[in-house]
Amino acid sequence: MMSHCLPLGVPWRLATWWTLLRISIEERLVYRADFALGTLMRFLPIVTQIFLWGAVYSAVADGDGTAEVVGYSYHNMVAYYLLTMVSRAFSSMPGLASGIARDIRDGSIKKYLVQPIDMLGFLLLYRIAHKLVYYAVAAGPFALVFFLCRGFFDGWPDGATLAAYAASLILAFLLGFFLEATMGMIGFWFLEVSSLLFVYMLFSFFFSGHMFPIDMLPGIWGDVVRAMPLHYLAYFPAAVFLGKVQGAALVWGLAIQAAWVLVFCILSRVVFALGTRYYSGYGG
Amino acid sequence: MWRYARVLFICARNSLVRDMSFRTNFVLETISSLSWVFMNLGFYVLIFRYAPEIGKGTGWGQYQFFLFIATGLLINSTVQAVFMINAEEFTEAVRTGALDLVLVHPIDTQFLVSVRRFDWSALGNLLLGIALGIYALGKLGHVPNLVQIILYLLYVACGIAIYYSLMIALAAATVWMGRNLTVLDFWFYITIFARYPMEIYTGPVGGILRWMFTFIIPVLIVVNVPARLLVWPLLPQSGANLLLPLFALLATAACLGGSRWLFQRALESYRSASS
Repeated sequence: MMSHCLPLGVPWRLATWWTLLRISIEERLVYRADFALGTLMRFLPIVTQIFLWGAVYSAVADGDGTAEVVGYSYHNMVAYYLLTMVSRAFSSMPGLASGIARDIRDGSIKKYLVQPIDMLGFLLLYRIAHKLVYYAVAAGPFALVFFLCRGFFDGWPDGATLAAYAASLILAFLLGFFLEATMGMIGFWFLEVSSLLFVYMLFSFFFSGHMFPIDMLPGIWGDVVRAMPLHYLAYFPAAVFLGKVQGAALVWGLAIQAAWVLVFCILSRVVFALGTRYYSGYGG
Repeated sequence: MWRYARVLFICARNSLVRDMSFRTNFVLETISSLSWVFMNLGFYVLIFRYAPEIGKGTGWGQYQFFLFIATGLLINSTVQAVFMINAEEFTEAVRTGALDLVLVHPIDTQFLVSVRRFDWSALGNLLLGIALGIYALGKLGHVPNLVQIILYLLYVACGIAIYYSLMIALAAATVWMGRNLTVLDFWFYITIFARYPMEIYTGPVGGILRWMFTFIIPVLIVVNVPARLLVWPLLPQSGANLLLPLFALLATAACLGGSRWLFQRALESYRSASS
């Protein structure tokens, strides 16, 4: 019996995590060609955005190429859309919330309750594996698109900005994960949450800055969106890279983003604890 | 012909009965798709806060562009309500072998697989499109005459036919590819190019895209031609603009004929997946 107790230490836990990560990576690599094609196709909407904004800027002021919209030149705007694609590659969690809700509804969630595996930890590792494979496969299409569109960038930002950008992307990933996991666990109380998730997806698309830079929102609308965590999923990392957030505002922004991660990390744990206490599973 | 109309009516009625069995879901789906349109409209309203028109000198001001969006809503919501769900089900029927049952029905297979189910909740967007179009016309102070209305409806029907042809052709490819969800994604990504007026595609790359999506895969004429019929009478015309509606009729016939031919070849290659 002692041998069963011993592995419960940190080395055993690390070995378990490593195994989970390895299995998830191998699972994801099965569809690498589909991944690469899908990634390349996701850039097609950007093409229409480039032309749409080109037309918009041609009509702004005298259209001499120096026109700006809320401080964004045409090149800035296109670069912004490309960078939000990178942000979303980190923060989007396709199928996470709906998967948790489905597991609750069909009773599959029981496996996390009867086995010594932490559900959120497992899902986080699974998602990290998914993202690692995604970045490995998507690196080609991303590099190609960014190379073709290099003219829209003013060059690489300095080292400190790049470090802040990397930090904001990692925080965006964690925020996206814990936020969506919390949303999915609402399924403990309302079995069918697909409509709720669709509404969340709508809000997320609009207010994360994926659709346009939130600087465009006038007055109180902009203030409200800036007070919400969603804009840290797409807008904030892109704005950091473009140098739209600098100095104290950058440090403050990263701190608030980290605080939101902490809030949703704790909230997801609380919701899971309350949910599993509420949950009833029947049958074999 | 009467028999086909009756089958169409029965399919539509059955789908409505099914949708009404899950009323809350129906209402939520309608609200969801309307919310998506409202969010997009919000984005365009924001754009027009900063720019008087889309493309300098193109004539696509805010309300002209709203007419364009309204036309797109009419076409897209009809395609979504009538054909989208059936194309998805067709790809699945090919994979699982459920298509066998459709093949033994004494009716044209393409017709039956195209209209078996209706997604009535998508028609919320159709009503919104009509309301938006009337609002935009009111703001422009333009009342279309009867000929304009008839031509507009004709070209809306052409747009629906072109979208349908593209969709059914992609779905038919399932027979050769086994599973075809990525190809239906492809339909979504291609039709994105039809969301905006063709005048935005400028420069060497834009010129190639405009030519390709007008003459090779004619999605650019789907919304542009009917929308221009309402907006363009207010603006000067070029010779090319006048020829576009004629080409749209030709393209519609070619798309319908081509997709029909492809669908028939696909059925000939179909091998049941069931035991």
